[in-house]
This record gives sequence, structure tokens and C-alpha cells, in this order.
Amino acid sequence: MTQISDYMNSYRATWCPGCGNFGIWAALRRALVDMDLPPHKLLCVYDIGCSGNGSNWFHAYGFHSLHGRSLPAAMGAKLANREQTVIAFAGDGGGFGEGGNHFLHTCRTNIDMTYVVHDNQLYSLTTGQASPTSDQGMETKSTPTGDPDRPLRPLQLAVSAGATWVGRGFADDLVGLAQLYRQAIEHKGFAVLDVLQPCVTFNHFNTREWYAQHTHKLTEQEHNPADKAKALLLAGEWNGKIPLGVIYREQRPTYEDHFPQLAGKPLTQRVAARDVGQLIEQFR
Amino acid sequence: MPHRRDVFTWKIGGVGGQGQQAAGATFAKACTRGNFLTFNYSEYPSIIRGGHGTTQVDVAPRPLTAPSAAVNLLVALNEETIQLHAAEVTHDGAIIYDGSKITGDLKAYRRHKLFNLPIGNLLQDAKLPPISANMVAVGASLGLLRYSQAVLHHAIADLFAGKGQGTIDANIAAAQAGYDHATKHFQPARFAFTLRAKPVGKPAPLLTGNDAISLGIAAAGCQLYVAYPMSPSSSILHNLAGWAKTTNMVVRQPEDEIAAIHVAIGAMFAGTRSALATSGGGFALMTEALALSAMTETPLVAVVSSRPGPATGLPTWTEQGDLKFLVNAAHGDFPRVILTPGDPEEAFAAAGTAFNLAEKYQLPVIILMDKFVSESTRALPHFTLTPPEIERGKIATASELAGTKEFARYALTADGVSPRALPGTEGGIHLANSDEHEEHGFAVESFGGGALLRQRMVEKRAAKVRHLIPELPKPVRLGPAKAKLTLLSWGSTKGVAEEALRLLPYVNAVHMPAVWPIPEHALRHALNHVQQLVTVENNFSGQFATILRGATGIAPDHQLLKYNGQQFFPEELAEKVKALL
Ligand SMILES: Cc1ncc(C[n+]2csc(CCOP(=O)(O)OP(=O)(O)O)c2C)c(N)n1
Ligand code: SF4
Repeated sequence: MTQISDYMNSYRATWCPGCGNFGIWAALRRALVDMDLPPHKLLCVYDIGCSGNGSNWFHAYGFHSLHGRSLPAAMGAKLANREQTVIAFAGDGGGFGEGGNHFLHTCRTNIDMTYVVHDNQLYSLTTGQASPTSDQGMETKSTPTGDPDRPLRPLQLAVSAGATWVGRGFADDLVGLAQLYRQAIEHKGFAVLDVLQPCVTFNHFNTREWYAQHTHKLTEQEHNPADKAKALLLAGEWNGKIPLGVIYREQRPTYEDHFPQLAGKPLTQRVAARDVGQLIEQFR
Repeated sequence: MPHRRDVFTWKIGGVGGQGQQAAGATFAKACTRGNFLTFNYSEYPSIIRGGHGTTQVDVAPRPLTAPSAAVNLLVALNEETIQLHAAEVTHDGAIIYDGSKITGDLKAYRRHKLFNLPIGNLLQDAKLPPISANMVAVGASLGLLRYSQAVLHHAIADLFAGKGQGTIDANIAAAQAGYDHATKHFQPARFAFTLRAKPVGKPAPLLTGNDAISLGIAAAGCQLYVAYPMSPSSSILHNLAGWAKTTNMVVRQPEDEIAAIHVAIGAMFAGTRSALATSGGGFALMTEALALSAMTETPLVAVVSSRPGPATGLPTWTEQGDLKFLVNAAHGDFPRVILTPGDPEEAFAAAGTAFNLAEKYQLPVIILMDKFVSESTRALPHFTLTPPEIERGKIATASELAGTKEFARYALTADGVSPRALPGTEGGIHLANSDEHEEHGFAVESFGGGALLRQRMVEKRAAKVRHLIPELPKPVRLGPAKAKLTLLSWGSTKGVAEEALRLLPYVNAVHMPAVWPIPEHALRHALNHVQQLVTVENNFSGQFATILRGATGIAPDHQLLKYNGQQFFPEELAEKVKALL
């Protein structure tokens, strides 16, 4: 049986005390243990940011990529080895700003992996500049007179671009978040999980109290995740109560399903010289 | 200008979209089926229709490595072709033109034999569509050359084999109409040139550098190919995508070049073989990830086929203008390998070498080509698909890793290479980190142990260079052992140098199929006894000469440079060299 300690190592976390990232990781460990997934069967691909710094104190295969690039690196690894569970992580800056193009297009593919965005509505590792999800008018180091840009609603983008599992969690809600992780990871297809994450050091507006007051959990009676029109509305909901839970879910062939080449042994186990003698004939 | 006497050169020109390249392919296939060897070379604009385009086919009884400047038979599908290319036609040559397309006076061109080919009428009589004009031209040319009709039909049947009997018949009819017209009206017996087909077993394959590297990538066991289209690299993507059913390779066209290189790196990290190709502009977008490959010590194989820059530049022309960029590309100070194949054989081999070096030394390997080598087609009678040896370097197995608690992915070793553990293997858990890291991959930032570790890690990555240099493809000498002057080529200038040597007594050449890191020892050995060293480069500033001098102190006596978007022609190069002798 996999235990919480299997996912721990001896490195000490460098997040600020009270940072929402602690909850995000605790819930993830919980979910992985519930799923009984041993750490060597998991690959985490990290972005650069406070979120990605967690790579140092999470005991699983890890690839700490570049800012905004965790998705394509994760895609390469997943295609190479379908047997590996792959989760890509990003901050809202890396995920929706620097890596915005990858986000849109990975949704289209419906590749069978999970994308977790630590959404603190700010660039935190770079000490607090506006991000694509910062509220309009938010005063940050880079926008002292208020952010002039409108915030993205990334989950609306995810639904319309073709992600087949879309949900939102809150870093302080460990139990609910662990359940969402499990669903996202077990979903066959591309799952996008946006996690509201208090940054106690730089975001003094969207605080944990603010999130607690401004969110509410979707119930099954309230919303059927197969209802795409409603999902799009809920994914754009912000100024009233921000919905938490599964917003959209659909079964659709995955990217891998389109490739008979991917059936059978993973590509990692097939590397060998290939006889291309037949291919030369077409050139004569 | 010196003249290549053993080569016959045919060239067809017209508006883009008139099928010059298909005509060239037909002409070449007809030649190889009659035991001749060919070199096809096209100049065309980066637009789908319109603009001026030419395809040239050089023909000889021997393998050819570059196209002639001089043309023996020019086919002008429009008037512009005569205006632009008549000067290239030799005094004993001829011009076949379509009279219905000519408005001006042809008096100025009377020093050449001029043959009017009424393509429109011939097509009408044969009830064929205008699209077959190029086949009429090929037929007329081969009629004038008194070539075998049966071999011509055979070539057309092979070329259009996949398109159905109707297409084959129509194209044969068009070619035959041209052939008959030439036989009747052009007095072939009085033309200075004739091509006599001889029986041949299997005709030689006709390969571009891109075809050869596609085969090389497939042969080397690549499982995931990922590329964003960009001339002149795109045909590699087309080849590999087209072959996917046969090769069982996964081919992906991602959203942009940045994604392409990250997908490749992710796949290599996971432990398969993955490759990508692009041109200079696309690689510019990939540079940050080049550094990612270096820092995480993840193998990478990237093909860069250059075109003249900067920016969008000249998409369909050629230049060796990206060498300095690639030697220095990306932030930070780290080793990389740059291979520079000069012909399809070297391109095929480079793919296998690149994968082996990338995996053994866990670093980025770039295969640098350019439009001239990527897109020119050679008949290669001796091309052999020697299966490459697969060397994957140090990969820790499950049994070696059993019981390991904290795997030291970046263990400090004498050769700088630490064993990899592939995700999924028990006992191999580690972090591959784009942050500077200690031996397990954890970030080091604090000054305490960090500073010394940083130094050690830089040295560890750099140590690989020393060990890999002996494994690089060696400089090769072309031509005689003794010479008054030695040309130094890299990449695509090899073929031109080889042809130029045939026109130059007492001259030889040294070609470098790998330029970075500079294999100094092997190069000095090859340059022993050189009297006069002349670098030949397709760029303005002499980029290789610059890095050669910087890294080794070796300086050429002269540099021959060309940067108008064309490669050198053998006659042109020979003349420039003669001036130095
Ligand atoms: C190409 C590049 N640009 C900029 C940076 C600097 N940088 C590091 S983290 C970061 C933003 C972090 O914000 P976010 O992605 O939201 O993550 P957080 O730190 O909030 O978790 C930036 C801009 C970088 N590392 N790479
Ligand atoms: S700066 Fe904010 S996001 Fe980063 S560790 Fe501190 S609290 Fe967490």
C-alpha cells in the first residue's frame, strides 16, 4: 500500500508559512495514496514559479521544465510512456500567460493527462506582479494604478478548446480537493484543474478568507457536468459565488486513441534500429 | 569559365505552378532508367502560383554532387525564362520555347539554336489539358536528344504509378506529342548533344538530403517525430508522416516550435527516441529549450535546415548563415554538438550519429543543413541503408536500481555523464531540474555548498566535450593527397567543392561533417602539409572561419564566400580558385 510518506523526501519546503501551496500538495498526496499509485509510476512536470519550487519536496519522478512549458514537455513524456501517470503543474502566470498557447492546444488534443494550475492570481515567485487572472483594477507591483486588462476565465477556455474534464478546487479544502484530483487523474482524457491558492505574502486582496467567502461547492442537483452550455456559464462565474467542483465532463477519444502506433508496448521500450530497406524503393 | 565536359544540363523555366519540378523529376527518372545519373536543382519563389521558377537536371554517367552554371538545353515555358536564362546556355546549346507565349523579338537570342514548340496546339490535337504542358516539354527535349521513347514511357509509368492508368496514359500521350514534334521538326541529328539509354538493373534512387535524413531518423529508431512546418525542413515532416503506418512512428505537428522542442525533450526524458526539424527562424523560438536540454542533461536531436535570413528572409533559397547562431544559441555556457552533413549519405549517417551522441552524452545535438542539401535531388547508385548501431549510453536498469532510496541522477563522474533512470523504474525516482542542482537534482541556491557545487556541475557538463570529440565524424579529404591549394568545406559546400576539384589540377579539399565542438586534432591532422588553405562558405562573414580561428587559431589564407541566396556553382568556384593559384 502506498503511504503519504512515500511521496515525501528530506528536502524542506521553502514556501512561506501559510502559503496555499501546502494545501494543494497535501491534498495531492492524499489522492495519490487513496489511488494507491506508487511514486515511481507518477511523473510530475513542473513550471517555474512558486508552484514549481514544490518539485524539490515531492518524491516522485519529476521534470522541472521552463516557465510556461510544462504542458508540451509532459505531452512528450506521456506519448513516450503511456503507462506512466503524468501530471503537469503551472502557476496562473506560466499556465495562462507564458504558456497560454500550449494550454489552448493541449485542450484540443484531449491527451490522457492532468493539468493542475496553482491559481493565486499573481506572479508570486517574481514578487508580485499582475497575472492573466488578476482582477481588473488590481494594484500590483507592475500595475500600481490598477491592472487595466480584463482577467481571463481559463476554465471557459478549457471547455471551449476541448478539455474533457474541467474543475476548480480551493487549496484550503483538502478533502474536496483530494476528490477532485482523483477524478481528474482517473479521467480518460485531458483534465484541467484550476486550484484557487492564497498567496499570503503578495496577494492581500484574494486572501484565504476572501476565497472562503466567495466560493461555493457545486452539488449534483445544481449542475450536471455533461451540460456544456451551463458549464460554460459556470466556468465564467466570478463576481458572485465562484463555483468549486466538477464543471465539465465528457467522454471523447483521447489523442492516443487516434494512433494505432501507440497500442502495445510504450515507445520507451521500442527503441531499436529500424529496417527502412522498403522505404527506399519509392525513390527509384 | 571552365566547362564540365562530362555533364549534360537541361533546365526548364516558367511561371510557378507550371510543373517544372514534376518535369524535372520525370526527366531524371527517364535518365536513371537509361543508366544515367542525375542532379536535380530547383529555384522557385515562396508562393504557390506565379513568380519565376526553374528546375535543372544535370545528367552524367557518374554520380553528380552539384549543378552546373552552364545549360545545354533550356526549355522556356514563358518569355521571361529566355530573358533570364539565355545567357547560361552554352554556344552549342539550344532553347526550346513555346512560341505562343512570346510577344517580343527573339533576334537577340539567335546565337543559340531556337526551337519553337507549339505546346498549346499539340495539347489540343491530343485532347489533353493545359496542365500536361510540362510533359510535352520533357518529351520534346528527350526527342531532340534522341533518347529512348520506351524508357521515357517507363519513367512516366513509374512516376505516376499511384495515380491510376488514366493519369499515366495522359502523361505518356503528352510526352509523346512533344517527342514526335521534336523528331519531325527540330532535326535532332544536327543538335550537338544526344543521350543514349543503356539497360540498367534497378535504377538508382533519387534522394534529397531531407529524404536521406528522414530515412536516417527512421532507421535510428526514432519513435516520436514532432515538427512545425518551415521551409526547407518541411519535407522531413511530410516523409515521416507519410511513412508512419510502415514505421509505426508517432508524428505530431504541434502548435508552435516551442511546443515541438518541449515535446521532444519530454519524450527523450521519458526514455524514447524523438527528433524534430525546423529552419533558423523556428530554431530561434526553440533556443530557451536548447538550454533546458543542456541543464537537465536530456538528450535532444534537432535538425536545422537553413535558408537566408535574417527574419523571414528568403524561404526557398540557400545560405549557411546560421552556424554562428547555433554555436552560440541559448543563454548560458554549455556544450552542444553540431553535425554538418554535406550530402544525402552524410545526412543519413548523421541521424544515427546524432541520436547516439545525444543519448551517450546526454546533451543537445543539432544537425545543420540548408536548402541546397535539403532539397537538391541526387541519383545515388551506391546509397546503402546501413542500419545504424544504437548506443543509448548509461541507463540504469531496474535491477541496478533495486533498493535505491535517493537516486543521484547527476552524480559527478569522470566523463561527466551520469546514468539516467527512466520514469516508471522503481528506485530511480529523481528530479530533472532546469534550476542548477546538486547530484540528486534538487535546486542549489544558497551560497554555502551551492557555489562549489555550481562550479562542479558546470565542469561536469563541460567534461563531456573531451570525451565525445573522438566520436565525431572525422574531416574527410577529397581529391588528390598532394595539392598546391586546399579548400575547406562544411555542410553543403562539400558537393560543389567535389565538382570544382574535377576542373582544378593540384587542388584538393577537406570537408567537415561535424564542426562543433571543432575536432581540432583530427582537423590539424587533415590539414598537415597544406600549402594554401581556402575556406568555402555560403555566407557573408565567413562564419566557420571565424569560429575556427577563435577556437583553434587556425586561419585560412583566403575565404571564398557567396551570399546571394544561391550556392556556388562548380565552374564559378573553380574560376575563383584559379585566380588564387
Ligand atoms: C522565460 C521566463 N520568463 C520569466 C521568468 C521569470 N519568472 C519566474 S516565475 C514567473 C511567474 C510566476 O508566476 P506564476 O506562473 O503565476 O507562478 P507562481 O510563482 O505565482 O506560483 C516569472 C515571470 C522565467 N523564469 N522564465
Ligand atoms: S510568495 Fe506566495 S505563492 Fe510564493 S510561497 Fe510565498 S505565499 Fe506561496
